Amino acid sequence: MADQKKKKQQEMKYFDYSLLVVILFLCCFGLIMVYSCSSYAAQLKSGDSLFYLKKQGMALLIGIAVMIGVSQIDYHKYAKVAVLGYVLALILMILVNFTPLGIEYNGKKRWFGFGETSLFQAAEPVKVALILSMASLVNRFSKKIDLWRLQILLVVVEAPLIFLVTDNNLSSGIILLGIVFLMLFVASRKKLRFFMAVALVVGMAALVTVFADQIIELKILKEYQMERILVWKDPTAYALEGGHQVLQGLYAIGSGGLFGKGLGESMQKLGFVPEAQNDMVFSIICEELGLFGAVCVILLFLFMIWRFVVIANNAPDLFGAMLVVGIMAHIALQVILNVAVVTNTIPNTGITLPFISYGGTSVVFLMMEMGAALSVSARIKFER
Amino acid sequence: MVPNYTYHRFKTLLVFAICLAGFGILVGRLGYLMLFQSAHYTALAEELHERERSIKAARGRIYDANGVVIADNRTVCTVSVIHSQIRDAEEVIGVLSEKLGVEEETVRKKVEKVSSREIIKSNVDKSVGDAIRACDLSGVKVDEDYKRYYPFGSLASKVLGFTGGDNQGIIGLEVIYEEYLKGQDGMILTQTDARGVEIDAAAEDRIEPVEGNSLYLSLDVNIQKYVEQEAKKVMEQKQAKQVSVIVMNPKNGEIMAMVNVPEFDLNDPFTLNTDVDTTGLSEEEIQDLRNRMWRNSCMNDTYEPGSTFKIITAAAGLEEGVVSLTDTFSCPGYRVVEDRRIHCHKVAGHGAETFLQGVMNSCNPVFIEVGLRLGTANMCKYFRQFGLLNRTGIDLPGEASTIMHKEENMGEVELATVSFGQSFQITPIQLITTASSIINGGIRVTPHFAVETRNSDGTVINKFDWDKGERILSEETSETMRHVLEQVVAEGTGHKAYLEGYRIGGKTATSEKLPRSENKYISSFLGFAPADDPQVIALITIDEPEGIYYGGTIAAPVVAEIFDNILPYLGIEREEIAPEEE
Repeated sequence: MADQKKKKQQEMKYFDYSLLVVILFLCCFGLIMVYSCSSYAAQLKSGDSLFYLKKQGMALLIGIAVMIGVSQIDYHKYAKVAVLGYVLALILMILVNFTPLGIEYNGKKRWFGFGETSLFQAAEPVKVALILSMASLVNRFSKKIDLWRLQILLVVVEAPLIFLVTDNNLSSGIILLGIVFLMLFVASRKKLRFFMAVALVVGMAALVTVFADQIIELKILKEYQMERILVWKDPTAYALEGGHQVLQGLYAIGSGGLFGKGLGESMQKLGFVPEAQNDMVFSIICEELGLFGAVCVILLFLFMIWRFVVIANNAPDLFGAMLVVGIMAHIALQVILNVAVVTNTIPNTGITLPFISYGGTSVVFLMMEMGAALSVSARIKFER
Repeated sequence: MVPNYTYHRFKTLLVFAICLAGFGILVGRLGYLMLFQSAHYTALAEELHERERSIKAARGRIYDANGVVIADNRTVCTVSVIHSQIRDAEEVIGVLSEKLGVEEETVRKKVEKVSSREIIKSNVDKSVGDAIRACDLSGVKVDEDYKRYYPFGSLASKVLGFTGGDNQGIIGLEVIYEEYLKGQDGMILTQTDARGVEIDAAAEDRIEPVEGNSLYLSLDVNIQKYVEQEAKKVMEQKQAKQVSVIVMNPKNGEIMAMVNVPEFDLNDPFTLNTDVDTTGLSEEEIQDLRNRMWRNSCMNDTYEPGSTFKIITAAAGLEEGVVSLTDTFSCPGYRVVEDRRIHCHKVAGHGAETFLQGVMNSCNPVFIEVGLRLGTANMCKYFRQFGLLNRTGIDLPGEASTIMHKEENMGEVELATVSFGQSFQITPIQLITTASSIINGGIRVTPHFAVETRNSDGTVINKFDWDKGERILSEETSETMRHVLEQVVAEGTGHKAYLEGYRIGGKTATSEKLPRSENKYISSFLGFAPADDPQVIALITIDEPEGIYYGGTIAAPVVAEIFDNILPYLGIEREEIAPEEE
């Protein structure tokens, strides 16, 4: 045992401190923003302005412990629990969707828990399980990965998870699908089919946008989905209904200007932007820190993604690379979609901003992924 | 272990490139929103956050000639509810209706109305407001505000006037000088959260209210008080309907006192000052009674001046040269004009008398003769010249105009009756103003109260310029008139106004009210002192006295009483009486 440990330590020649710093920085920044956004509402609601901060802080501490723990484990060992993770995720989703263990909030069954106590948001561990299972599968079938049927098979394997999540949480479903798509894209030599798929989705979206009125008449989409598209096109016209959140977010963003009102000075967080610490936290960042602060945050995420690229491209094997690519896809998709929603660039769908939005489950599992990425980075060997 | 191939690396870079592009688009979008759309959204957001609240400006105070405050401000509260902030509507309704004495139904309606702010009651006493504030009901706002307060209660009520719920003048000087007194309301622009709750820490845009300017009057509280007391006394003694007194400086028109008893309580101006039973009266009828109570008889109402008007006829006759003091007349007790026999008040007649004696006797036939000598055209000319056909321009609202015959409709009978003050109507203020002009050397004055306005730190803002009007009478005639009127008091019908040590001039009158058959009278006396250099002029009118109703008997002593007190107060010394000095 002792020998093994010694050997391991000698192998640890690289550790991506840049990534670690960015992670910790974003987490701390997240805490500040959660406090800034929630303190007023928390004070009114529970009498304790630190209510959300405390919960988020606790989750972050657990998350950091998880990250450190996971990063210490050789990522090759993750592969052994990939199947277990997949099965557990499947069982979890079935439990949440079809048994009383799933807890409903605002009409959406997204939480797992017992009776009154909700434990965590089911979609978050599923993302981890999905990335792990995809990485394992790609690694296993890497030789035949370019075959149509294999690619379809992989999608079919992941499909039950995605469907179960999508049922109550469209946005997480989209993220999961996006992760699968990007992982396959990286794994495969082929390009055309992926671009075609993207073109198809974009084309569909464009069609929906242009022919919105006709589509409503034909009743192809569900009413609430169509409503979101209409709101997206003209939030002011639906200010009192679906457009409220988006419009208030835009007020917040617009009020920010170049340098913002200053940290803690947001007006819109005072109940105008509903639950500002959640999905809409980026709008408050814009209001308080201005375009400058918002771009800094985006650059931080970009830097993080770049670190994932570096780690993935230097990973000792395909499994490690695919793990990191999955994580990268997850972060990138979530950030882009979140910012796009907040700025009303795309129709509204509930996506949190990683590390910054309030949400304990999200932080713990994101930190787990970060631990995995750090673990991969630790296996990078310097050859030159 | 499957190695990481180059194409994987390339694909990863490609994904990064796509992310980069995505981020680029979003940064572009952010830049558009936060730079180019910033003003638009900022304005919309501010509109959402801001709430305006006005701060009432304190109304300017009113001071008397000695600098005593006669109209002040008191802090009162306005209680309102903000629908969106109410937590326990039942409690709010209960507490407010109980503490404010407003019907529960009314409060409920306002509490349940979805509006940003609903006023439950204004002009609430500060103690009540504090009590409501102490209950700490969410959604209930108690704003402090000013309410007019009159420290002397009913003193000069019909002159000062009062203000309504919105602190705006309703009658009297409060109306005329509204512009000076009202000040400028301030404004607080506060920021609110989504529920409409004001944010304590947020910077407030505050436009400070500007306090109204204070108004300084020529009215003297001491004189007013004393005159009011005297007026009340004679009203009670003579069971009169009302008594009005004007005390004025004849040289510049500054009014020192204007009394109309019964007065009413300025701090409670809507309660009738009589014991009239209002049950069964409609709101309209009650309001009618209030309006009557608020009337200032000195200038809102006209009357037939009667013999006091002989001052004017005499002045016109002397000025025109149709009569001199030594002209002799004969009074058989009546005078026939056209087909009418017009009686003198002394049925037996005054016999032979000079013009001076005629005035002292207040002999009607003498004045009929003077009137006829003047002729219609001259009589009307002097009416115009003396300013009798215009309003005096007193700084009170609702001055009544003179009711006079048209020149072309005036026959000899009308001319004759006008000569001794009948068949036309003027206001008491018009009479005293014209008389002032006649005795002050012949210069028309404008009766007024306002002297100047000052701002809150005492700087004079505006000095009212009541220019002396035109000359309406020659200096000589004016001097003659002073002499004649002094004789009236010294030895004539006005002898009851005589005061030892003072030279007092004056003229009595007893006018029969219309219709004549009712035998109701207005007794009056117009007096001034000192007769050689008039500094005070006073006119008293006693409306419908019971019993003896002769002006010389009941009105003249009141003026004597008033002069006896106010002349020393004004620093006009008694002249030493000869013998001792010798």
